[in-house]
Amino acid sequence: MSGSDTPKRSMRTPLGRVRNLGAAHSGTSDFWRQRITGVAMTLLMIPGLVIIMMLLGRNQVYAAQTLSSIPVAVILLLFILASAWHMKIGMQVVIEDYVHNEKLKLTAIMLNNFFSFAVALASTYAILKLSSGV
Amino acid sequence: MQVYRWTLTMAMSIVHRATGIALYVGTLLLVWWLVAAASGPAAYAHVQAFSGSIIGRLIVFGYTWALMHHMLSGIRHFVWDLGYGFKANEREALTWGALIGGIALTVLVWIIAYAIGGGR
Repeated sequence: MSGSDTPKRSMRTPLGRVRNLGAAHSGTSDFWRQRITGVAMTLLMIPGLVIIMMLLGRNQVYAAQTLSSIPVAVILLLFILASAWHMKIGMQVVIEDYVHNEKLKLTAIMLNNFFSFAVALASTYAILKLSSGV
Repeated sequence: MQVYRWTLTMAMSIVHRATGIALYVGTLLLVWWLVAAASGPAAYAHVQAFSGSIIGRLIVFGYTWALMHHMLSGIRHFVWDLGYGFKANEREALTWGALIGGIALTVLVWIIAYAIGGGR
């Protein structure tokens, strides 16, 4: 047993170390979050559609008033945060499946993060601005 | 690759991804709508002019279908995640259910939308 040249010698086999980590090297957390956000959006679909229906054909004053009510704002915020997270994970899976050039893949994943975060933040900012009434 | 037969579930797997990508891009419409509502009457009028136009209605109709289909197709995946519905007839039924249900829900949503004020 001359393991002095390799600093961290483990009893675990190489297979054991990578098992459950998957192609993204980060385990199953994204898989699970994809399910959580999917279930959340399914539950929020009917209230979300009701809100959209309430605003059909109405003017901005009515829309701003409706969107600033707390239940409406909270439902929309939940839906937007769940969808931004869901679509970020989903697009990353698509990128990892089809983009095989490493640099291009990392660039695409980074842009995906920027886009999803921007969608979430812009929508959240708009709703909070409506709610605060400024 | 002649051993493979093109199946409905394979095609629907691609449709699930395609609708997901469409919804991803379509969130820009949602952002535009909310930011316009927070910006003021002029900005909101632009959104309404677009969503009320023929091309706007077609895009929103397509978006509605992508959303309904992706949701039902996703529920189908939940059923599989829970370990059910793997028999040949079951997975076919789930897949047809998502396909027909997605179209039916889209039409239903639009009928309700027009009935309660789409023409307002």
